Amino acid sequence: MLGKLSFSAIPLDVPILVGTFLGVAVIGLAVLGAVTYYGKWGYLWRDWLTTVDHKRLAVMYVILAIVMLFRGFADAIMMRTQLALAYKGNPGYLPPHHYDQVFSAHGTIMIFFMAMAFMTGLMNLVVPLQIGARDVAFPFLNSLSFYMTLVGALLINISLFIGEFAQCGWLVYPPLSEMQFSPGVGVDYYIWAVQISGVGTLLTGVNFFTTIVKMRAPGMGWMQMPVFTWTAFCTTVLILVSFPVLTVTLALLSLDRYLGMHFFTNDAGGNVMLYLSMIWTWGHPEVYILVIPAFGVFSEVTATFSQKPLFGYKTMVYATCSIMVLSFVVWVHHFFTMGAGANVNTFFGIMTMIIAVPTGVKIFNWLFTMYKGRVEFTAPMHWTLGFMITFSIGGMTGVMMAMPAADWILHNSLFLIAHFHNVIIGGVYFGYIAGMGFWFPKAFGFKLNEAWGKRAFWCWFVGFYLAFVPLYVLGLEGMTRRMNHYDNPDWYPWMLVAEVGAIVIALGIVCQLTQLYVSIRDRNLPENLDLTGDPWNGRTLEWSISSPPPAYNFAVIPDIHGLDTFHTEKQLGLKAHGKPLAPIHMPKNTSAGVFIGLFSFILGFASIWYIWWLAAIGLIGIVATMILRSANRDVDYYVPVSEIEHNEEVYSRRIAATQAAE
Amino acid sequence: MAHEATMSPLAHADDHHGEHHESPNVFGFWLYLMTDCVLFGAIFAAFAVLRNQYAGGPSGKELFDLTNVGIETAILLFSSITYGFASLNAMAKNKTMVLVWLAVTFVLGASFVGLELNEFSSMIAEGNGPDRSAFLSAFFTLVGTHGLHVTCGLIWMVVLMVQMMGPQDLSERMMNKLACLSLFWHFLDIVWICVFSFVYLAGVM
Amino acid sequence: MAQAHTAHDSSHGSYSAYLIGFVLAVILTVASFAAVMAHALSPGMALAAVTVLAVVQIVVHLVFFLHLNTSSEQSWNLMCFIFAAASVIVIIGGTVFIMHDTAINMMSR
Repeated sequence: MLGKLSFSAIPLDVPILVGTFLGVAVIGLAVLGAVTYYGKWGYLWRDWLTTVDHKRLAVMYVILAIVMLFRGFADAIMMRTQLALAYKGNPGYLPPHHYDQVFSAHGTIMIFFMAMAFMTGLMNLVVPLQIGARDVAFPFLNSLSFYMTLVGALLINISLFIGEFAQCGWLVYPPLSEMQFSPGVGVDYYIWAVQISGVGTLLTGVNFFTTIVKMRAPGMGWMQMPVFTWTAFCTTVLILVSFPVLTVTLALLSLDRYLGMHFFTNDAGGNVMLYLSMIWTWGHPEVYILVIPAFGVFSEVTATFSQKPLFGYKTMVYATCSIMVLSFVVWVHHFFTMGAGANVNTFFGIMTMIIAVPTGVKIFNWLFTMYKGRVEFTAPMHWTLGFMITFSIGGMTGVMMAMPAADWILHNSLFLIAHFHNVIIGGVYFGYIAGMGFWFPKAFGFKLNEAWGKRAFWCWFVGFYLAFVPLYVLGLEGMTRRMNHYDNPDWYPWMLVAEVGAIVIALGIVCQLTQLYVSIRDRNLPENLDLTGDPWNGRTLEWSISSPPPAYNFAVIPDIHGLDTFHTEKQLGLKAHGKPLAPIHMPKNTSAGVFIGLFSFILGFASIWYIWWLAAIGLIGIVATMILRSANRDVDYYVPVSEIEHNEEVYSRRIAATQAAE
Repeated sequence: MAHEATMSPLAHADDHHGEHHESPNVFGFWLYLMTDCVLFGAIFAAFAVLRNQYAGGPSGKELFDLTNVGIETAILLFSSITYGFASLNAMAKNKTMVLVWLAVTFVLGASFVGLELNEFSSMIAEGNGPDRSAFLSAFFTLVGTHGLHVTCGLIWMVVLMVQMMGPQDLSERMMNKLACLSLFWHFLDIVWICVFSFVYLAGVM
Repeated sequence: MAQAHTAHDSSHGSYSAYLIGFVLAVILTVASFAAVMAHALSPGMALAAVTVLAVVQIVVHLVFFLHLNTSSEQSWNLMCFIFAAASVIVIIGGTVFIMHDTAINMMSR
């Protein structure tokens, strides 16, 4: 009746997990209690959970990403602490099977549920506003994508308390992940969590590609598109061509596990190496899916805070596009040691090195944008400068490992770990945090606290070097990744330094939380309020409307005459729009996404535990909800002119008040 | 039909803005099909690598019945043109004929799936199931994924036929749905061309 | 959306277009099957013939059934298709290249 599920699946014998569970339960109950106490369930359901508004979905994505950051970081600091302890006679506090789950969960959560969710959140908030659209092309699909991501995140976190998680790394390489060696439910949790959220990401890709191609404001040609939108576009292209490969690869692995097939088994003709090739066919584009939008953020931040147009806009676009294409033909550099001959390794090694060229072009573009600009050293600008330094170092160690000969020495060592944290923290994470600080006033109408933002930056920046430079050294000294215990006295001091680094990063996260708290507390102070909708003297369309924008974004769709039209018109003192108002056609909120998410969760959870009747209910529920949704004709409404006029009037009065105050 | 529900036309917050002509729904669906194309590409890649891994089991030469494959191909080709006739009638707003041609298409599609299930079950009954060898795993997965898509298309077709019944005219929204299903159906034909060429025909050479 | 429909009419074919496509598809399919079932060609030649016929038939289906063309209306559809096809070629070609090379180098197959 309940498949593999029984009470013994709940790890009551692991004190860390019981403690975590109690903590999560207390916080969860406190949140639920607060919502009930203040009577906000109706508001939450109508205005947030069932929303199809891209700006609200963006907020929910970013909240999910931040929560997942805590989870992923908790895993990280547990690993560092384990390795700071587990030297010689001390076994540390994490037994191997637990430690293996921790590093697998850390990678999976940070990539799929922290970085991907954060990236999708930023894209959701910014892209429609930058191209002058009133929403994305398929708002309901957007809500559905969010719930798919959320369900994946839920599944992976439930594995903490019911059953176990995968113990074979964040990409669950076979044959270790096959039934023969991993008979538990850990790998199944991984497969279903990633598979469900992958569907969500794919839908996001379809959605944003269509939005950018079909819904740009009149006059906005490709070369008039803001750089962040360009990078979002390249990212969606990569999502569209790479996520189906992930879906297939994991589906083949699950066929091996569930139906006894032989794609990646050791026996009956299966080929383990095929899995490596296929997973990295997705995996390499994936890291560019994450970092390309971060490049877009840096471009917007640098240009805005240097008070200059971006240097070399066109080269930036071409560089982004060439990175996009190249990222699809380099995947072998993740497994040079697999045993392919010189032809294969050389080809992919050279392709990898070529990527450094367009990336270098970008770095120079940002530097020249700042050159002779009036640079304002705001918190987002701090993250940007920190990125330029850190990412350059990470990029160069990447080029080192792009040489197959060097990679044979460094493969799977801590050098590799240091390298990819160097580019992912220094590139992706710094970028998203810069973007969050930059666009926060647009989403909420008030700015984030600068002082705490800079403190957070310095903690992260210093903590990063303390935590990862030792890993470079350890890698060169021959320490491999995923080790639970070691005896080498040369490694011990470096491990202690890395632990200190992790603690400094933890302080950075505390600063970020404090920043959020202080900013919300002081949101009504005049210096924090964003009444004009343009707090940074911005260049692109999102700053031409009020903060937060009305649901329909633009009362009148703007006409575009060139790059940074909004900024040019502002300089010339032109009034943005004088066109007559018309009723605006908008999509209605819908609960279909919530229900499809719920049924997907049931399907995933039941399949993990082999509860087939429940899985059937989940599947039928998904199909039935979709059919009902497709029969629903009541999906849209018109915003009347009176309401638009009212909003516009409030907005212009606020602008007038600000100008009078100056 | 998953796609049809999610692609429902609620998005045209801005369809007054002139420049664009094609419905974003049909374009979005086309994009989805392109990702499906990549999905099949990945399965074909796995098949290409594993196609000779018989593990002592039977090869394609011993297993494949080209007559059966020929009949399946003929059925799919006919179903393509019958769907085409349905589309043409939809354009002419002739709802009854749309329903008739969709029904014919459905029967053809269902018999294709039936033939495929029959082939699969007889192979499994002889002990040549997907767990026999890597080659058979890849074969069953590739052909089965195509069959699963056809099955989804059939369910979608039924849903559309039910939604179309009643006195109302063919709405713009229904026309878009029919256009999406049309793309889906004809796309599956293209996948089948690759399947019969590179799985069945190449398998018996 | 109203204009979407009128724009479709012209590109959505006619009975004659569907019939032409159908006849071409039948001819190409029969040719493919014949090339293999007649056993007249060497396996290499037969594979080449089947491949060429398959590619031609895909084009026939795209043009006559999926109504893909070079009009400006369809330019994005066409571009997406070309990009997807290129990606598929990279995925299949790359995988086969890597796995074949590995098998030779490791003498594993």
